[in-house]
Amino acid sequence: MFKGLWKPICATVAVLGLLALNPALAAWQLDMPVGVTTLSEMIRDLHREILIICTITAVVLFGVMGYALFAFRKSRGAKAATFSHNTTAEIIWTIIPIFVLIYMAVPSARGILEIEDAGNPDMTIKVTGYQWKWGYEYLDNGVSFFANLDELSAEAARLDSGIDVMDIKHYLRDVDNRMVVPVGKKVRILLTANDVIHSWWVPKLYIKKDAIPGFINEMWFTATETGVFRGQCTELCGRGHGYMPIVVEVVSEEDYAVWVIENGGESPTVSTTEISTDSSVAAL
Amino acid sequence: MSEAVSHDSHHDDHGPAKGITRWLFTTNHKDIGTLYLIFSLIMFFTGGAMALIIRAELFQPGLQFVDPHFFNQLTTMHALLMVFGAVMPAFVGLANWLLPMMIGAPDMALPRMNNWSFWILPFAFTMLISTLFMQGGGPAGGWTLYPPLVLQTGDAFPFMVFAIHLMGISSIMGSINVIVTILNMRAPGMTLLKMPLFVWTWLITAYLLLAVMPVLAGAVTMLLTDKYFGTGFFLGAAGGDPVLFQHIFWFFGHPEVYIMILPAFGIVSQIIPTFARKPLFGYEAMVYATATIAFLSFIVWAHHMFTSGMPIAGQMFFMFATMLIAIPTAVKVFNWTATMWRGEMTFETPMLFAVAFVILFTIGGFSGLMLAIVPADYQYHDTYFVVAHFHYVLVPGAVFSIMAATYYWLPKWTGKMYNETLGKTHFWLSTIGVNVLFFPQHFLGLAGMPRRIPDYAIQFADFNMVSSIGAFIFGFSQLFFVWVIVDCVRNGKQATSQVWEGAEGLEWTLPSPAPYHSFETAPEIK
Repeated sequence: MFKGLWKPICATVAVLGLLALNPALAAWQLDMPVGVTTLSEMIRDLHREILIICTITAVVLFGVMGYALFAFRKSRGAKAATFSHNTTAEIIWTIIPIFVLIYMAVPSARGILEIEDAGNPDMTIKVTGYQWKWGYEYLDNGVSFFANLDELSAEAARLDSGIDVMDIKHYLRDVDNRMVVPVGKKVRILLTANDVIHSWWVPKLYIKKDAIPGFINEMWFTATETGVFRGQCTELCGRGHGYMPIVVEVVSEEDYAVWVIENGGESPTVSTTEISTDSSVAAL
Repeated sequence: MSEAVSHDSHHDDHGPAKGITRWLFTTNHKDIGTLYLIFSLIMFFTGGAMALIIRAELFQPGLQFVDPHFFNQLTTMHALLMVFGAVMPAFVGLANWLLPMMIGAPDMALPRMNNWSFWILPFAFTMLISTLFMQGGGPAGGWTLYPPLVLQTGDAFPFMVFAIHLMGISSIMGSINVIVTILNMRAPGMTLLKMPLFVWTWLITAYLLLAVMPVLAGAVTMLLTDKYFGTGFFLGAAGGDPVLFQHIFWFFGHPEVYIMILPAFGIVSQIIPTFARKPLFGYEAMVYATATIAFLSFIVWAHHMFTSGMPIAGQMFFMFATMLIAIPTAVKVFNWTATMWRGEMTFETPMLFAVAFVILFTIGGFSGLMLAIVPADYQYHDTYFVVAHFHYVLVPGAVFSIMAATYYWLPKWTGKMYNETLGKTHFWLSTIGVNVLFFPQHFLGLAGMPRRIPDYAIQFADFNMVSSIGAFIFGFSQLFFVWVIVDCVRNGKQATSQVWEGAEGLEWTLPSPAPYHSFETAPEIK
């Protein structure tokens, strides 16, 4: 009976493989996108590693279970054994998971330390969540602006708008004013909110943190390549929660300097932030 | 059925009363169990209908059916109804029906309180659902009730808080009853370590309920005073902290998720040995694993809020503590597998649901372990990956166990056998539907789709469509469940008292249907 199953299984695996690998089928994306920051690879590797551990465990466990379900059926003439415990087996299968967990815990803990090391930034941007838009203030050069959902999406997103949203390339993922940062610079983001809790996330930047009214959170990233990266609010914040996208444009240092001047910034170069790099931000 | 002369002189009629008063004034554990189960089924369909509207809206990008504010009301209400209205009352209903029969008692220890704890619920949920029709609509801040957003709720707010208080009172009374019954009314000879596993898991669950429902009551009361009486517990501008609410809520919320899964562990531990015709593997390990999970559930709460800006030490502690839960959970899964090993298995509907529970709950456990890894959790947090995770543990987890229990004990309750073909059809449709519904949501979350949004970017369109199709398969196949039960009551063949060839336990020594006062003379346990 297994011979008959072989072909459909192969076909399924092949289709899934194609879905995962073929960029033309990116819409059927199965896994996290590849990131563009200094830490994104470390985080994605951790994700991959735990996923692989879970998959191997699942294959072994479900394999054993599948064999039991197949072999020990009454209809196949199986006769029930009477054992009800086996101390050796129980000790072994309690201890093995402990070692697997320790194996995962160490790099994860190291990862937390790397992620939380927001010290010595090259520049600082204060990001404020509003119902329902983002405010950006560049603390080093005074550039500040709001980022609203772009008009095309806003128009199409209305109930029964009659517009086919599939025609809009960046539907709900485009803004009127992008957050622009230079490539290769450590960008610190100070997060807060004006009204309710929001959360700032750009998947390819591999950072997410809550913006909490009355408090300041910090996080950072150093982009390793230029490009436009999109995300959106990830903490339920009311009616417009699905309509406050984030667009980050990573540009060369020269382009960034030009952008700063065009947007009324004070200094044409990226200056080192003077603000305390103490990990406690309560003083701010 | 019973002797005409009773020592309980004002209570000589041992059969149920007639008409509506039977149900209104009942103090009988079976009647109250039935009420709980029917109530939970109604809530399951109400909450399910809301889920289907949500999935219909998410079938394709763009807004087609509901406006975003109503969408948020639906997600909030769906969760509150399913958690507090469907899953929890279903387990309390099963406890009512089964605990006295399993420990050899005539009834629950506190029958009048039992009546009250049920009859609070219809009022609580009528009030909660009625808020949908109030000025400003129902609560729309998510079932997690995070301030300051939840404080923007309109007229619905105090009604929601009061409804939650009522549900809490009901749960606390129910859990007191369970504890008192189990500790005091066991048949002679039934030591704690001879209790069936369903009794054990419910005993531990009841303590969890007792510990955390007052915490939830405190949290929502603080919300109430923040909104109406000028306090600022959760308002930064008033010296409070919105994140404080999250800590309090999840101190309740994490044990709460085990409240919804421990009785399921108990059910599955009853069913698998029956159909494997082999004793449960590692009984004591199962008991200790359950107790360990319950203990750990109190020290992992902040893994729900890794992105809220916790200190490094906090993130590490909650990551390690959360990973620890994998160990007792793994022990349980291994023990179920070992119970099946070298058994003599048949696959009637309860067994099918129980096996599906073990496999699909384990998948939910794996994604739970992934979510514990803090650096990766920053990516998973508040995405559809989380939605997929908790639906895997709650739907093919908790809900499947409730269905397994219904099929397993239905012959004992009604005295009649259900139609096996219908039951198996229900099982296969549900299992296929639930996986088509929730598995693609893992991919959506990893690709970057946040949860709780009424509309989404077009790269998420394909898997959302698949997920919605699964939702409709799963949703409508639940009509089979009702059909099976009605058909069983009306047309079922007479069941034997043993019902299942391999069934063991006191409940199977009673005739089917079980007599109104389960054990009038306590059985002797050797």
